[in-house]
Amino acid sequence: MALLKKPGWWRGRSVVIGIPYFWLLLFFLAPFLIVANYSVSEMGAIRVEDITSIADGAVKLTLKYSNYVNLTADSLYWHAYLASLKYAAVTTIFCLLIGYPFAYFMARSRQSLQPTLLMLVMLPFWTSFLLRVYAWKGLLDEGGWVANIITGTHLDQVLLALGVIEAPGQLMHTTFSLVVGMTYTYLPFMILPLYANLSKMDLRLLEAASDLGATPWVAFWRVTVPLSKAGIIAGSMLVFIPCVGEYVTPELLGGPTTLMIGRVIWDENFSNNDPPMASAVAVILVLLIVVPLAIFNKYQVEAQEARK
Amino acid sequence: MKNRALFGTNFAKAFGKAWLVGGFLFLYLPMITLMIFSFNHSRLASHWGGFSLEWYRKLADDSEIINGLWLSLKIAVASATGSVILGTMAAFTLVKYRRFKGRTFFTGMVNAPLVMPEVIQGLSLLLMMVAIQRVIGFPERGFFTIWLGHLMIGMSYAAVVVQARLQDLNPQLEEAAMDLGARPWQVFTLVTFPMITQSLVSAWLLTFSLSLDDVVASAFLSGPGATTMPLVIFSRARLGLDPSVNAVATVMIVIVAICVALASIWVARAERRRAAEISAAQRDDS
Repeated sequence: MALLKKPGWWRGRSVVIGIPYFWLLLFFLAPFLIVANYSVSEMGAIRVEDITSIADGAVKLTLKYSNYVNLTADSLYWHAYLASLKYAAVTTIFCLLIGYPFAYFMARSRQSLQPTLLMLVMLPFWTSFLLRVYAWKGLLDEGGWVANIITGTHLDQVLLALGVIEAPGQLMHTTFSLVVGMTYTYLPFMILPLYANLSKMDLRLLEAASDLGATPWVAFWRVTVPLSKAGIIAGSMLVFIPCVGEYVTPELLGGPTTLMIGRVIWDENFSNNDPPMASAVAVILVLLIVVPLAIFNKYQVEAQEARK
Repeated sequence: MKNRALFGTNFAKAFGKAWLVGGFLFLYLPMITLMIFSFNHSRLASHWGGFSLEWYRKLADDSEIINGLWLSLKIAVASATGSVILGTMAAFTLVKYRRFKGRTFFTGMVNAPLVMPEVIQGLSLLLMMVAIQRVIGFPERGFFTIWLGHLMIGMSYAAVVVQARLQDLNPQLEEAAMDLGARPWQVFTLVTFPMITQSLVSAWLLTFSLSLDDVVASAFLSGPGATTMPLVIFSRARLGLDPSVNAVATVMIVIVAICVALASIWVARAERRRAAEISAAQRDDS
């Protein structure tokens, strides 16, 4: 603590804190406020004077909520929001179903093997996200080998019965291809936090459970799973939140029935040239993910504290 | 105990192995297929028309992709460098300074870009750039604005990577340096920096590859004449399957794989050297 009283240290400290702080305020927070501001303005009228007026010597703020009125009036937006939440949730569940056993067996595999396995999970991070999505286009398109296997084994009838594809043999541009693509690209984000958590678990707790008469199955559900709660939450949020606003995968693998909110924002901005409407859609999206974001942040902070 | 026979030993082991193998096949087969079909003579992804380097030859003449790649590489180098500098500062702040005004808020702002949908970040930065440009006539949309966007996202990733390393450091080493009279700046350059170099390298590589790969933020922030390679690939992929995309993909994957392999060899070597130095120092003591 005495060190902090040295004057040079103090100055260095405020520079080190100040630069990233200022940077984040300027390029992360300020743009959000601008989006919020745009969202209550109309096309072509985006000046401060337009939303403020001076009446009786006091500054009056006139907000134009027409964008939000449009949002609630047009069912397209509601459907897109609900669809985004639904597909993100389904993707998260699939990532968890595949990723949890994967991380579990990875953490329980031979110690000398683990760095290699970890490296193999990390490697997809280094290859392009865009190309990983594109790869599925080739696999699921008519004649792609995955598509051939699925139609060959008549699994497409099952998918059709589940309502995730619209016609037998037609796998691309469906709910199915969208969820497969998102699960594929986000799976490592689920595995890594789970592995980090499971590999640190004290195995003596399982021995204790076993000594107390628990079967491995019971011990798994009542000891391992509760202890890995932080990993489950971190992984789920890392998958769920970006998935809600995903754009590239729905555009390349989704179809007309899988409109997601990221695409709505994109289209409002690029095709309709209506940034205020895009902003209003984005503001609602931020509100939707603010709760999961807070949960994610809380666990992130807790994980950081736990490392000390 | 009878459940243990069912789930305990051999069955569980085989099941675990099968799950891992299946998972890795799921992760890798699509990419491998993508690479194999870049050598396909046929245009169709469903049909193998024999081995051919045709798409690579076409790639060499494809000025759109080559210009895009060049721009992407420049942006990626600049944004990775900036991200590592800012990210290290942010990580330092989070690990070393336990108490300052607005710490929770700061932590939130560092972590949020990791999960924040990119459409929101792209749109918000775009609107801000447009607003600024209207007032001061700068910045024109292009290299600079894309760089800023990538820097925003990369900084958080760099902060997380460096932070993990900083937390594992023994604070006594830095304290010892300070007790021996080193100025804070010297403590950082002489003690802390050499110990976190590896994490800086991996943070740089990670943010480099993120920038090289980015579509959404780049699309919002790019201007006329500033089309990065992922934007070219994306616009082609949107139209359908294109073997030249497979060829670019293969080239990129090979480049990235070589970089990552070289970096990990370097890291492993540095690790061994440090371990050797530490054990040598301990022998000298005794």
